[in-house]
Amino acid sequence: MADLKDLKDKIAVIGVGNTKYGNFPEIDDYGLAAHAFRNAVEDCGIDKNQVDGMLVCRIPYYARMGEILGLNPKWTLTLPGHGRMSGMGIIEAAAAIDAGLCHTVALMYANIGRSRRVNYGGDENPGTWDPWGFTSPGAAHAMAFRRHMEMYGTTTRQLAEVSVAIRHHASLNPDAVMRRPFSIDDHEAARFIAAPLRLLDYCLINDGAVCLIVTTKERAKDFKKPPVMISGFGARETYSPSSIANFDMDFWYPAISDAGQQAYEMAGITNKDVDALMCYDNFSPTVLFTLEGLGFCGRGESGPWVENGALKIGGKLPVNTDGGHLSNSYMQGWALNVEAVRQLRGECGARQIPNCEVVQYAQSTPCTRSIIYTRG
Amino acid sequence: MSYNKPLPRPDTTNGPFWAGAKQGKLMLQYCKACGDTRFPPSHICPKCLSSDQDWKEASGKGTLQSWIEMHRAYWDGYKGEIPYRVALIQLEEGPVVVSNIDNNSDNLRLGQPVTVVFDAVTDDVTIPKFTLA
Repeated sequence: MADLKDLKDKIAVIGVGNTKYGNFPEIDDYGLAAHAFRNAVEDCGIDKNQVDGMLVCRIPYYARMGEILGLNPKWTLTLPGHGRMSGMGIIEAAAAIDAGLCHTVALMYANIGRSRRVNYGGDENPGTWDPWGFTSPGAAHAMAFRRHMEMYGTTTRQLAEVSVAIRHHASLNPDAVMRRPFSIDDHEAARFIAAPLRLLDYCLINDGAVCLIVTTKERAKDFKKPPVMISGFGARETYSPSSIANFDMDFWYPAISDAGQQAYEMAGITNKDVDALMCYDNFSPTVLFTLEGLGFCGRGESGPWVENGALKIGGKLPVNTDGGHLSNSYMQGWALNVEAVRQLRGECGARQIPNCEVVQYAQSTPCTRSIIYTRG
Repeated sequence: MSYNKPLPRPDTTNGPFWAGAKQGKLMLQYCKACGDTRFPPSHICPKCLSSDQDWKEASGKGTLQSWIEMHRAYWDGYKGEIPYRVALIQLEEGPVVVSNIDNNSDNLRLGQPVTVVFDAVTDDVTIPKFTLA
């Protein structure tokens, strides 16, 4: 088996695109994905017929997608519409390219959950614990966060720092869905959904689509924008508590530590080299859990660590500079990977991190992944 | 008024759990080959892959590992009861389960001892819940 270090900086992101984010009942998931694809093609100037690999996520039928885009690729992968597939998909695409199965992959994700009124709990998502009234990913994260509060003394005011910083970033992003800044006091006054979590701890549900185009380092030189390299990645699943979906007694700490360490070793860096973290923020507590797992702070110490705006641009570690899932767009990690690319290209305007050289993506979920991106 | 909260969905493995609850017993599946004890039940043992699985009555004792208050009613049956409390319990035998805790005390703490109680919600279904020990 090849050493993953051999894959360092061999695969590059050359094009990124997205639709507007919001409520679009007049269009469907195929249509949104097609627009994101066309925007990514225009972003890098590729002839779309050079795309010989296609990965689709939360899109009903891959072949219909190919028909709409006029693509007959050599490689296709479909991933379910679960909020953890982006990191998995990008790594799978890199591996497929490295194996020679194809040379240029378009990865597309679309979500129409807002306009189609998707519910993430109750009878739409039946589970083992329904007879006890326990349902929804938010409730599972609330259960984890209460445990964190009890074990480590973490407070909801500390948790508020996550949502406040990420909303601040959204206020700097003209494309974000929710842009009005709020304070820690505003967070504390928001209504509970599953206490101790409040409305402002929950991600948005909105429509939109994202596309990334990925190819080999050699081919990546031929396009309009400077390539962004995939320098490291790591992975670890946590399937044992799957009947309690979206929950882990240890806050996924073992998994994110492992995945993060793999990614740092592959990239040949440490977390001190990271200029920004793009962190899967379906619910605000996952950001705290991820900071601990990646070693930005000690285990159980994320609460004090994030105080005083540590996660804002200019703070200790800028997190989710586009506004994340909490305030920009619920693209289930895909838009965070696009933001990583844009930061490294220096395209982020008011929210640009000066001299941004290393951006890390991480998702602390039952399928934990981390990807490290650097300038080409 | 008829019970209009979600009822258990029978599947190919959970029958003995709900049959036991109806008789006031908290039943857990275990592996006769290696002793692994779990909830929810499995088709084979996740530890040793044996097919030789049986059921035993649990002590009904456990510890409180977390709890939340649901402020949104995802089912109509909860509309009059929000916020309601859901708890995470580690059973003495090892498995971690989600349940309800019937004590409205504001002084819940991690690790508090709890014990099972049985709530006969319909003629056919009894749901195991917990109370502070």
